[in-house]
Amino acid sequence: MDQLIIQDLHVSIAEQEIIRGLSLAVPKGEVHAIMGPNGSGKSTLAKVLAGHPDYAVTSGSVLMDGENVLELAPDERARQGLFMAFQYPSEIPGVTIANFLRAAVQARLPEGEELEATDYYAQLYKKMDLLDMDRSFTSRSVNEGFSGGEKKRNEILQMAMLNPKYAVLDETDSGLDIDALKVVAHGVNSLRGPNLGVLLITHYQRLLNYIVPDQVHVMVRGRIELSGGKDLALQLEEKGYDWVRDDISEPALA
Amino acid sequence: MSNPSAVLEKTSAVAPKMAGILDGIQSPGDDRLPAWFRDEQRAAWTQFQSLPMPARTDQAWRFSSVGLLDLSPYSAAGSLSKTDGREILERSSELDETSGRLVFADDHFLERDVLSEKLRKAGVIFQPLERAMIEHEELFRRHFMSQPAALGSAKFSALHEAFVRSGTFLYVPRGVEVDLPLETFHWLHAENAAIFPHTLVVAEDLSNVTLVEHFRSTDPHRAGFACGVNDLIVGPGAKVTYICAQDWSDKTLSVQINATTVARDARTLNLHLGLGGKYSRLESLSRLTGEGAHSDMLAVSIGDEAQEFDARTLQDHASPRTYSDLLFKNALSGRSRNTFGGLIRVEPHAHFTDAYQKVRNLLLSDDAEANSMPGLEIMADNVKCSHGATSGQIDDDEMFYLLARGIPAPVARELLVGGFLNEVLERLPDPVLVAKLAALIAGKFARRAR
Repeated sequence: MDQLIIQDLHVSIAEQEIIRGLSLAVPKGEVHAIMGPNGSGKSTLAKVLAGHPDYAVTSGSVLMDGENVLELAPDERARQGLFMAFQYPSEIPGVTIANFLRAAVQARLPEGEELEATDYYAQLYKKMDLLDMDRSFTSRSVNEGFSGGEKKRNEILQMAMLNPKYAVLDETDSGLDIDALKVVAHGVNSLRGPNLGVLLITHYQRLLNYIVPDQVHVMVRGRIELSGGKDLALQLEEKGYDWVRDDISEPALA
Repeated sequence: MSNPSAVLEKTSAVAPKMAGILDGIQSPGDDRLPAWFRDEQRAAWTQFQSLPMPARTDQAWRFSSVGLLDLSPYSAAGSLSKTDGREILERSSELDETSGRLVFADDHFLERDVLSEKLRKAGVIFQPLERAMIEHEELFRRHFMSQPAALGSAKFSALHEAFVRSGTFLYVPRGVEVDLPLETFHWLHAENAAIFPHTLVVAEDLSNVTLVEHFRSTDPHRAGFACGVNDLIVGPGAKVTYICAQDWSDKTLSVQINATTVARDARTLNLHLGLGGKYSRLESLSRLTGEGAHSDMLAVSIGDEAQEFDARTLQDHASPRTYSDLLFKNALSGRSRNTFGGLIRVEPHAHFTDAYQKVRNLLLSDDAEANSMPGLEIMADNVKCSHGATSGQIDDDEMFYLLARGIPAPVARELLVGGFLNEVLERLPDPVLVAKLAALIAGKFARRAR
């Protein structure tokens, strides 16, 4: 079965170990949520999967449909089908969304093949409608002057345009009001299907009311400490993360 | 050169070895030009000889590679062969829609697309300098070389005046709006040719015109020297947009001296795009002489290998309630160098002046070098002025964001550099011109990639 498999991953930044033996498998077609308290290493995991140069993987492996992702440069990973929606997307002054996405789509075409402009715009407009984004966004600089909600919508727009095999959504709910959250969740839900695996990183259970996960994992201090079905999120909401922390001394779960 | 091209051979056949420019004006001179003009040229030559060559110890030439300014190899080129002329004309079109076009190569006028009947009837003049000085002598003499070279190049200004023999005269009468841009091309063609392109724009009260000039070499690696003057005289309430897109060969030396006089309530926008050249100096002066005058001074340069761009500017506020805004952005890779020396001067009675000056350098390699010397000289009260120059590198987070979307590093870099420069291009009022300049910039990236 095709899946994204993370095995015994150890990651350090400036000699401090942040991810400490994390293992996880996301089968294609499923949505897995990772929840955890602040500082548990959730966002680090997202950046490491995307290949951020500030983090050093000291051991472990990440396999995407059997291919070792850690050996690939960030842009190669993305072209192979790994997508990361940033918690804090960068602003790119002077580069329009249309040109930015065009370069990204073009990069996925075989050598020598030119993107057909009318098809591209037709696709783009369709996905923008899905996310309730005004078409004037295409000529705006990427994320520049965007509200929190607009930035997150823009992340999901990119995901929709790039058709990844696996998507890691890093705190896509943070900074969103309920209306924006619904729009983003609707966008993600419409992309769900047998050809996409999603790893949903979130601090709050709220997002999971709108994007219902197949599995929930709890991450504490750089490891997955607890895994379960969607009800686990509700339990966490009720009991808090301390409940998991207290459990850690017990024999390994999951 | 072990394998000289066919073009070179043809050129040498029609252009026998001539005396260099440093040998002086060759008598009897060009007898198509009027006697009064030739007298002025001789006076200018005397002035050129009396002035010293620039030295790095002059503040106006600080950081400049003055050692590159050896003028001995260059001479005024002879006329072109018919074939070369035809080939050059075929390459001389950028804008799809213009109100008129003039094409020059090695300072020889090749051709023009004439103005519409409507514009001619309205009194618009758009013709080669050498004809304007005869057909419109009084008007021409009132404005020709009427603005001083105040930024260090008095010697080059004199050299220009001594040798100028072609260029563009554009006159727009009161209240006339020229809807589509006018376009000119100046080509360097023969090996070691020296050219002295001159542009004189006189826009009368409430007129409106856009002029786009292209400075190019027919061969991307052939040596040449260009010493140009562009003077813009903008009357009360008039609006002038001037674009100079420079793409000389990588062995060209150029000195371009721009002076713009902006009268009451007039508005100008100058944009100098620097792509080519080995050493390219731009001196740009905006003189705001009437209340409410407004000047936008823009420049973009893209340096690579050992290219040097050297810009000196003056925003001279000589009247109250005037506004100037300078934005220069430079992207530097390889061992390229950029120097900026700019002054905002607010004269004693020029109260309520707004003057801004911003220089941004994007350093794309460890060996690239940028020196910026912004300056303020404020003698009036109640003014709003700011200036600042910064140098930086591509932002790592922005780069990672693009890579994370699967965009390969070289393309990502190009997008980010283009984005950095776009802030300048987007100040242009016409999206067609923005797209045209963006395409010229992309052309340079494409050449570099090969």
